[in-house]
Amino acid sequence: MSTKSKTKNNKDEGKRDFLAVSTYAMAGIGAASFVWPLIDQMNPAADTLALASTEIDLSSLEEGQAITVKWRGKPVFVRHRTAEEIKNAQEASIHDMRDPEKDSDRVTNEKYIILVGVCTHLGCVPLGQKSGDVKGQYGGWFCPCHGSHYDHSGRIRKGPAPTNLAVPSYEFLSDTLIKIG
Amino acid sequence: MSKAKFKNPVVKWIDHRLPIFSFMDHELNHYPTPKNLNYFWNFGSLAGIALVTMIITGIVLSMNYTAHVDYAFDSVERIMRDVNHGWLIRYIHMNGASFFFIVVYIHIFRGLYYGSYKAPRELLWILGVLILLLMMATAFMGYVLPWGQMSFWGATVITNLFSAIPLVGESIVTWLWGGFSVDNSTLNRFFSLHFVLPFVIVGVVILHLVALHRFGSNNPIGIDVKGTQDTLPFNPYYTIKDLFGLGVFLTIFAAAVFFFPNFMGHPDNYIEANPMVTPAHIVPEWYFLPFYAILRAIPDKLGGVLFMFGSIAVLFVIPWLDRSSVRSSQFRPIFKIFFWILLADCVLLGYLGAMPAEGIYVILSRIATAYYFFHFLILFPLLPYIEKTKPLPISISEPVLSGSSPASAFAFREKK
Ligand code: HEM
Ligand code: FES
Repeated sequence: MSTKSKTKNNKDEGKRDFLAVSTYAMAGIGAASFVWPLIDQMNPAADTLALASTEIDLSSLEEGQAITVKWRGKPVFVRHRTAEEIKNAQEASIHDMRDPEKDSDRVTNEKYIILVGVCTHLGCVPLGQKSGDVKGQYGGWFCPCHGSHYDHSGRIRKGPAPTNLAVPSYEFLSDTLIKIG
Repeated sequence: MSKAKFKNPVVKWIDHRLPIFSFMDHELNHYPTPKNLNYFWNFGSLAGIALVTMIITGIVLSMNYTAHVDYAFDSVERIMRDVNHGWLIRYIHMNGASFFFIVVYIHIFRGLYYGSYKAPRELLWILGVLILLLMMATAFMGYVLPWGQMSFWGATVITNLFSAIPLVGESIVTWLWGGFSVDNSTLNRFFSLHFVLPFVIVGVVILHLVALHRFGSNNPIGIDVKGTQDTLPFNPYYTIKDLFGLGVFLTIFAAAVFFFPNFMGHPDNYIEANPMVTPAHIVPEWYFLPFYAILRAIPDKLGGVLFMFGSIAVLFVIPWLDRSSVRSSQFRPIFKIFFWILLADCVLLGYLGAMPAEGIYVILSRIATAYYFFHFLILFPLLPYIEKTKPLPISISEPVLSGSSPASAFAFREKK
């Protein structure tokens, strides 16, 4: 079409192309602005985002004990570490760790280690919170799904998981009350 | 079937094995369409787009909806307040239902005016009425889902219609409810059916289109296409015309969604369902009002239900009730007058359906109902014996040459 009319009247042809291109562009914008709400509605809704923080009272958590709380639908591990566990965590050489991180960078109060209890491999919940649980070779947590071993600081020491157990953002509201998220 | 030539080797390879591209080329590109169609022929494609819009927004709403009597109302409120763009999606679905009915009602009256239901398009018409029935069932059950007061009492009243059936009526109603009142089981089955029926409609629409493409569209003067001089290829002529109509439609639709989203709804449906208290005045959605008026016009329970369903049933047999061989009202002077009376009658029924069932409204409802059935059952078969139809043009192209009918002015402009 365009080759034929180029010789005849390419000024009009240019106008026509402009109309066609701007029509397609407007239709494209219209379609995109209809599709976006349909996609975005699958993101967390306002009420889901509003539930994003949890408070935990640690006053009844004895040394050596652990509790699991739910935060954003996921388990959060809180363990009151013994002196020996703290020592282990602090003295381990980080050089040969897969995801080297000092214990002091992972805690606010060294007595309490707070972790997102989701294995960084493929998302199972590691064992180690209950007294009878298998805790793995490094005494922290052990993921039964594909055998990841975590130490007393929640760092990956052996097995397929690529990174340490995540530390959620939290703050101490008082000595024994923390707010996660 | 004309063999289409494709340049793209991938398209060619696929088309040789699965002739989907030839099919589309044949049915959407070259498809010969009468050249004199007016804007009333836009409403079929608009209905198709409305259906797709309803399905898309419906699937998305289902992702956020909870079909349980304790949570349904709150989950809809959550869609309105918390879900990202939830208000927009819900308003599109809500108003989409109304606009779908507007479009389909215009589409049907177009068929009545131009005699599109006549041979050889009887099955096309019947499939259309079937779509209308399915749409009504779908819309009714959809309205129950938000579990507001109108949802609940609408569901109660409509399901109770079946109790009018002698002997087994009560058992049927219990069966429909899955209990002894409209309750959680009812809500769950309505959600299931409301989800699936639109896909059944898609299936019937496909049959509707297969039947349409068998003989092609009717046209404003209602005479058969005589040859290629009477037609235009669907693309680009009618794709552009349909798209232009779509633009106008979407502008109006968007205005309703953004500025008057609750205009066609009822405020009582923003009150959570309460099985202990019926609202003072319950009315169905506007698109059911004419049928509701017929139901209430008859002073007998079973009779009301029969007349109401009869008002749709009669549409199925219209192709055989109308005994005139002239299709378009343009050549049927008396039929044309009665067409407008029928349209006014249906609008009046709609108005009466929204009024309380007392006094003058009841009397008017009876007259309007009587006219509705008179029109189809008596006028349609008898009129051809009385009416003198105008002479038909020889072909669609002929009025262009004689320059006599209104269609010619249009055709003339187009030729230039
Ligand atoms: C979901 C609803 C419907 C869809 C998507 C739909 C779609 C279509 C389309 C795309 C056309 C061709 C374009 C046109 O002639 O306007 C058409 C034609 C037609 N439809 Fe429908 N339709 C629907 C409902 C109905 C209903 C409820 C009836 C009748 C009760 C009906 C009766 C007809 C007839 C008679 C024609 C042929 C008209 C002619 O060629 O003049 N349709 N339909
Ligand atoms: S998910 Fe924990 S080791 Fe694979």
